[in-house]
Amino acid sequence: MTDADRTSRQGAVARPFARRRFLGYVLAAPTLTTAAQLVPASGARAAEILSPEITELVDLNDVMTAAALPTSGLITVLVNTDGTVSFALPRTEVGQGITTSTAMLIAEELGIPLKRVHITLADARPELLFNQLTGGSNTTFSTYTPIRVAAALARTRLLRAAAAAWDTPVAELAMEAGVVTGPGGRSADIGALSRRAAGARTEQVSVSLKPRDMFTVIGRPHGRVDARAAVTGRKKFTLDLDVPDAMPTMVCRPPTINGKVQSVSNLAEVRAMPGVTDVVVITTGVAVRAATFGRCIDAVRALRVSWKPGTAEGKSDASVLRELRAAELPMGLPPLTPSVEERFTFHFRSNSALEPNCAIADVRADRAEVWSSLKAPIVAKEAIAARLGLPLAAVTVHVTEGGGSFGRKLFFDAALEAVEVSQRIRKPVKLMWHRADDARQGRTHPMATSRVRIDYLGDTVLGYRQRHTSVSTDLGHGLGEIFTALAARLPVGDIGFSETFFQLSQSMPYDFGANSRLLSETDKGFNTGSMRNVYSPDVTCARELLVDRLAAIRGKDPYRFRRGFLRDDRSRAVLDTVAEAGNWGRSMPVGTAQGIALHTEYHSVSAVLVEIDCRPETVGRPVRDGVAGPRVTKAVIAVDVGLAVNPLGVEAQMTGCLMDGIALALTSSLHLRDGHFLEASWDNYFYTRQWNTPPELEVIVMPATTGRPGGAGELGVAASMAAVACAYGRATGSLPTVFPINHGTLSFDPKPTVPPVPASPTDGLDHVR
Amino acid sequence: MPVHTFRLNGEQVTVDAPDDERLLWVLRDILGVTGPKYGCGINVCKACTSHLNGRAANPCAIPVKDLRPSDEVTTIEGLPATVGAELHPMQQAWLDQDVAQCGYCQPGQIMAAVALVRRVAEEGRTITEADLDGIRNICRCGTYPRIREAIRAGAAHLGPEQ
Repeated sequence: MTDADRTSRQGAVARPFARRRFLGYVLAAPTLTTAAQLVPASGARAAEILSPEITELVDLNDVMTAAALPTSGLITVLVNTDGTVSFALPRTEVGQGITTSTAMLIAEELGIPLKRVHITLADARPELLFNQLTGGSNTTFSTYTPIRVAAALARTRLLRAAAAAWDTPVAELAMEAGVVTGPGGRSADIGALSRRAAGARTEQVSVSLKPRDMFTVIGRPHGRVDARAAVTGRKKFTLDLDVPDAMPTMVCRPPTINGKVQSVSNLAEVRAMPGVTDVVVITTGVAVRAATFGRCIDAVRALRVSWKPGTAEGKSDASVLRELRAAELPMGLPPLTPSVEERFTFHFRSNSALEPNCAIADVRADRAEVWSSLKAPIVAKEAIAARLGLPLAAVTVHVTEGGGSFGRKLFFDAALEAVEVSQRIRKPVKLMWHRADDARQGRTHPMATSRVRIDYLGDTVLGYRQRHTSVSTDLGHGLGEIFTALAARLPVGDIGFSETFFQLSQSMPYDFGANSRLLSETDKGFNTGSMRNVYSPDVTCARELLVDRLAAIRGKDPYRFRRGFLRDDRSRAVLDTVAEAGNWGRSMPVGTAQGIALHTEYHSVSAVLVEIDCRPETVGRPVRDGVAGPRVTKAVIAVDVGLAVNPLGVEAQMTGCLMDGIALALTSSLHLRDGHFLEASWDNYFYTRQWNTPPELEVIVMPATTGRPGGAGELGVAASMAAVACAYGRATGSLPTVFPINHGTLSFDPKPTVPPVPASPTDGLDHVR
Repeated sequence: MPVHTFRLNGEQVTVDAPDDERLLWVLRDILGVTGPKYGCGINVCKACTSHLNGRAANPCAIPVKDLRPSDEVTTIEGLPATVGAELHPMQQAWLDQDVAQCGYCQPGQIMAAVALVRRVAEEGRTITEADLDGIRNICRCGTYPRIREAIRAGAAHLGPEQ
């Protein structure tokens, strides 16, 4: 029995109804406003890592003063007089379903229908320091308790207000569906009670939370709160916003990565084109503002620009691979025991969302306002203020809902460009990257190699080593605020930061004896960033493939071999679940096979079983302007996230993770040649399409285990990629070592790099169907 | 500036625009109809899929001068009215399956689905796996399996006359 067990058991004897209490706030406000601390209000942690360089960029006093306010770091639940409840979430919804799960938490604790809860996204709030970063699948993990505390407090206050009004003990009141009822048929809606329940002064109050066995909302599947807006076209993304005079703006970009403008020979001519209002040279190219994006595309194509070299001049896949090999850390002395060893290569991949990089900016002499979907809005706000030379308080950054992220929205490349253009021309702009820009100059998941060695003796594994070598991943968003962002950007700090990130994110679910995993990085010439699940898909794929090879050498079944080495019950449970539901080991035709893999991260565990068809008639099936290739015909995923707030949302995330894993293993990569990426279209970059989608899919969300939500948004990518790779290896009889497996074949005709964007087609009527 | 007229979601509209302005920008930047999304601008990703006289069309590739005054353009905003209901059965199927994630591609997916079901019905057959495999619309969130389910369900609701 552990100490914790003992304590809770003794506690249960002594005080059978006692529950842990949490501190929240009732804020002074005309209507009921409750709050809870997202983070302890302290600037101490930030102050520890200050470096002199920071002060050159941002006025520290602005940040530190805000962070030191007693009510700093609060998240706030507002009960409106119309009976609705508002909450501004300091996170970014980009499709992962956190507005829905957050509404569920509030509905649960407050006892109101979900449709009464309105979730918006908070503007950038620098005083939140580390706590406005949407990443690391961390949202629900970090907000699960504070949001419920604020909501529970609101419920308590509403009941108390009714009790006072009716002169009745609280114990005789009930609250259901947003209505408080009492003896004698009395009833009042929470909207009507809100003013009475409001605080005259701000005070700290303690509250207990609903026990898990009383949950009626948390843990039950719920459709997305924005589903209706999405299917009717009413959901607004950045480019859909109507900001006065924010006219379409695009940038003519260089033919090689990060090239710079040398000169423009026809500025006046392009300025005179119909609909064009402004043409201006900026840091990243030549910006054009016009009446429509159609006019912008034509103007971008018309510009005659000579370019200076970029940051990856002359480089290609082959030359970067040589750099990586040179940067690989040694594997150490050869073992005295038998071992398996392999080097895996992972090519550049794009983390483009379907919504391209975009932002709206209105910069005036003394202030700036920005709209963009940003997962690190505090860093964006601070960087924008620094770029414009404005005080932090003069910059407002509105966080909009994003059309996908996959890591892309951790950065704010479009927002920085938009403020630069707006400041230069003194007009509001709505800036959008063309798809070709997004693919060629946008951020990428860096190319990497992963060397793995497993030492064994008989059926015992003695040691596991992995040396992951990668083109530098830009982690310049830090932990979501400027202090660690700058730490990550400093030449020395960066190595420590990325290595720390790597170690913190990697786990070893198998009992493989002494194990070590190290990261080394090289070459900062590329625009990189974290892509969904960051290092894990490549690292896990390499590991799982070598586990399969070792199992084969030992004559063991891949599922049972893995199971025998697993460290914990949760991992065994998900692996057993997919093996059983997926009918592991069933006999399959030659050229087809099953694959199975496991991944643990974010306090969650996942297992994936797939079946793949690599027979020639399948691989060669006709697909116009796309890649057919091996088809994943079936997938079974089991996931244990500790406690799934919304199982339907978790299911959706796992489905998306699977689609990513299929693409990473089989079809999607960028080809680097002569300092630029060849891909410029969704028909060049082969993300999973319907013709690659498994016809059969089952996602099993495991019952609650830890009772606390772990991360889910990125969790399933690693095991999916690994399972597909393992299945491919078993179906073809040869272990794949280069990813995606089709990288060696260029399946499209590259578009020109000058002009940087393709012409808009005119033959649309020929393709109406 | 040339004047162009066509029918949009049941109403006659007239716009001043260059002949070669693509319909996508006429809709989004001039008329403020933002359901059709930009995802590539070269008729590849299909995020802007709308209907032209009831068939799937991609406004990013249609110069506005190609439209005749009687041509009926339907965007996601006008889809429910084509069946005289608050939601088209395909939109309802999308809700029932909770298809959307970020939602950016979904207007185009739904418009493509409605046109596909209509075309298949005209050919006197039901939706096949090959029909679903043939849908080119990108969903970067990877909602493809639910899209397939929703199309099957939506097709069942629409019945053979569609």
